[in-house]
Amino acid sequence: MATTHSRTLAQFMLFPSVVLLLAWMIVPLCMTLYFSFLDYNLLSPGTEEFIGFLNYEFFLTDPAFFESFFNTLLLVGGVLLITICGGIGLAILLDQAIWGRNYVRIMVLAPFFVMPTVSALVWKNMLMNPVNGLFAHFATFIGVDPVDFFAQIPLLSIIIIVSWQWLPFAALILLTAIQSLDREQLEAADLDGAGPFSKFFYIVLPHLSRAITAVILIETIFLLSIFAEILVTTSGGPGYESTNITYLIYTQSLLQFDVGGGSAGGIIAVIIANIVAIFLMRLIGKNLEG
Amino acid sequence: MGSITLKQVTKNFDEVNVIKPLDLEIRDGEFIVFVGPSGCGKSTLLRMIAGLEDTTSGNIDIDGQDATSTPPAKRGLAMVFQSYALYPHMSVRNNIAFPLKRAKVPAAEIEQKIASAAKILNLGDYLDRKPGQLSGGQRQRVAIGRAIVRQPSAFLFDEPLSNLDASLRVNMRLEISELHKSLKTTMIYVTHDQVEAMTMADRIAVFNAGIIEQVGTPLELYQHPVNRFVAGFIGSPKMNFIELKQTKEDGATCLGVRPEHFQITTDAGIWSGKVGVVEHLGSETFLHVQVDGIGTLTVKANGDCPLSYGDDISLSADQSKILRFNDQGITLPSKGNQ
Repeated sequence: MATTHSRTLAQFMLFPSVVLLLAWMIVPLCMTLYFSFLDYNLLSPGTEEFIGFLNYEFFLTDPAFFESFFNTLLLVGGVLLITICGGIGLAILLDQAIWGRNYVRIMVLAPFFVMPTVSALVWKNMLMNPVNGLFAHFATFIGVDPVDFFAQIPLLSIIIIVSWQWLPFAALILLTAIQSLDREQLEAADLDGAGPFSKFFYIVLPHLSRAITAVILIETIFLLSIFAEILVTTSGGPGYESTNITYLIYTQSLLQFDVGGGSAGGIIAVIIANIVAIFLMRLIGKNLEG
Repeated sequence: MGSITLKQVTKNFDEVNVIKPLDLEIRDGEFIVFVGPSGCGKSTLLRMIAGLEDTTSGNIDIDGQDATSTPPAKRGLAMVFQSYALYPHMSVRNNIAFPLKRAKVPAAEIEQKIASAAKILNLGDYLDRKPGQLSGGQRQRVAIGRAIVRQPSAFLFDEPLSNLDASLRVNMRLEISELHKSLKTTMIYVTHDQVEAMTMADRIAVFNAGIIEQVGTPLELYQHPVNRFVAGFIGSPKMNFIELKQTKEDGATCLGVRPEHFQITTDAGIWSGKVGVVEHLGSETFLHVQVDGIGTLTVKANGDCPLSYGDDISLSADQSKILRFNDQGITLPSKGNQ
C-alpha cells in the first residue's frame, strides 16, 4: 500500500463489499423505520396508512414497556456480573498447573457451543423442572420444598441460564489475558511483600482491565437481544416478569400481528442499544486505548 | 548487614540437575558477579537466593540465619529483573511506593523515601509518569529505585543491562558501580557479559554447567585462571589456545596465550603465519593471523600497526605469560614461577 496508485486500487477493490454490507444494514433499517410510521396490522391487510408517531406513543406508554426495559437492564447487568466475576475465578483456576489442563479447558468451553434453545430446554426440563428436575430432587432429598423456578423467580432463572452459556466465553478471554501477564511482575510483587490478595488487586486485576472491558462490550451487544432462552422457558411470563425489549417486540409483531407497533419497538430498541453503547464507551472505553 | 552463605546448595528441575552441590560465601558489602554462558545455572542460583525457586537440598544463610525456606519478602533482599518487572498501570511514584505500602510504612515516610530515591537516581521529573512512557534506561532506574527504598540487606541483579543499547549499558554500568560505592550494600549481579563482570565486580564467580569453576577478583581470574574454561571465558578477545602435538614432560597438552602477550617479530619467532582480517580500533589493532597447523590466532598490536591482509609475520610470546593446560584442562604452574 505504498504508492498512491496502489492505495486507489485497494479502495476501488474494497468498494463492492462495502456497498453490500451497507445495503445489508441500511435496507432493513429503512424498512423498519418506514413500517414504524404505518398502521400496519396483518389481521387487516390492505388498510395500511400513515399515522405518524402514534405507534411510538403506544409502545412507549405501554406499562409493559417499562417493565421489559428494566428486565432488559437486569438481565444484561446480572449476566455481566456473574460472568465477569465467575470468569475471573475460573480463569485463575484454569491457569493453575493441573493434570490434564488442556482437556479441562476444552470442557469448560463446551457450554458456549450449545445452541441457546437447546441449553435453555436442558435447563428447563432436566434441571429446573419443579417435579422431575435435578434441583427439585435435590431439594426433596434435603427436605426442602422444591422451587418452581420459572413461576417464582423467572427472570433470575433466565439470568442463570444465560450466565451459564456466557461464562466460558468470559473465562476464556480472561484466561488468555492472565497468561499474558509477565511472571516477573508477580515475582517482583512477591519480593515486595505482596500477599495473594494484594497481588490480585494491584497486579492481576489491573492487567485484566482491558480484557474485562472487551468482554463487557461484546457480551452487552449479545445480551441486549436475548430471545430464545425466554421463548422456550417462560414465554416472557408470568405476566411480563421475564419479558425483555426483544421479547416484547416479538409479542407485538408476531403474536398481536401489529407490524407497525413492532417496528416502532425495534427502532426504540436500536436507540436504547446505542445509548447503552455510548454510555459504556464513555465509562470503560478508555481502557481499550493505548 | 548482608552476608550470604550457600552450603552444599543443589537444584533439580524434575529429574534434571541444574546446580550441583555448591558452596559460596558472599561477604557483607561486596559486589559479586555471577558470570557464565547461558544455561549454566547462574540465574537459577540468584532466584534461589531470592526465594523465587525452592532449594532442592543444602542451606542458604542470610546474615547467619538459615533462610532456605523463608518466603521471598521476608529475606530482606531486593531484586532487579531483566525485564525490569515494573507494574505498568502504576505511576513511577506508586511503583516505588508499592513495597513500602505493603510493609505498612507511614505515608510521610514513604514520601520522604521516594524523594531521596528519586534524587539518587535522577527520577524527579518522571515520578508521575507511567513506565510505558519511559525509556529503557529510565525504567531500569525505576526498578533500582523500587529496590533501594526497601533498604535491603542485599541487591540481586538478574542481567539488568541486557535490554539496553550499548552506550546506555556503559552508563548504567557506571551508575550501578557508583550506587554500590555510596550504599555499601551487598550486591549480587548476574550477567553473561564478561566485560560487565570485569568492570563492576569486587569478586567474580565463574559458572559452568551448574558448578562454580573459580571465584576471585577480576585480575586473579584474568591472570591466574584455574582451568581452560575460565581462561577462555574471561578476557576479550578470547585467549588463544594452541594444541600441542606432543604432550610436554609436565603434562601440558595445550598452551594459552592472550592476544596482548604476543610479540610481532620480523625474524623467526615461535609461530609464523599470514595476516588475515585486520581490525583497526584506533587505540589498538586486532590481527587474525593464520598459522599453519594451529589455526587462527588473535593478536593485539598497536593502534598504528602497519600490517595488512596477506602479510607474512612471525610471532613470539613472553614465556612467563603463557598458560599451560593439561589434558583435563587444568592450569599447570607457570614456568615463570618455577
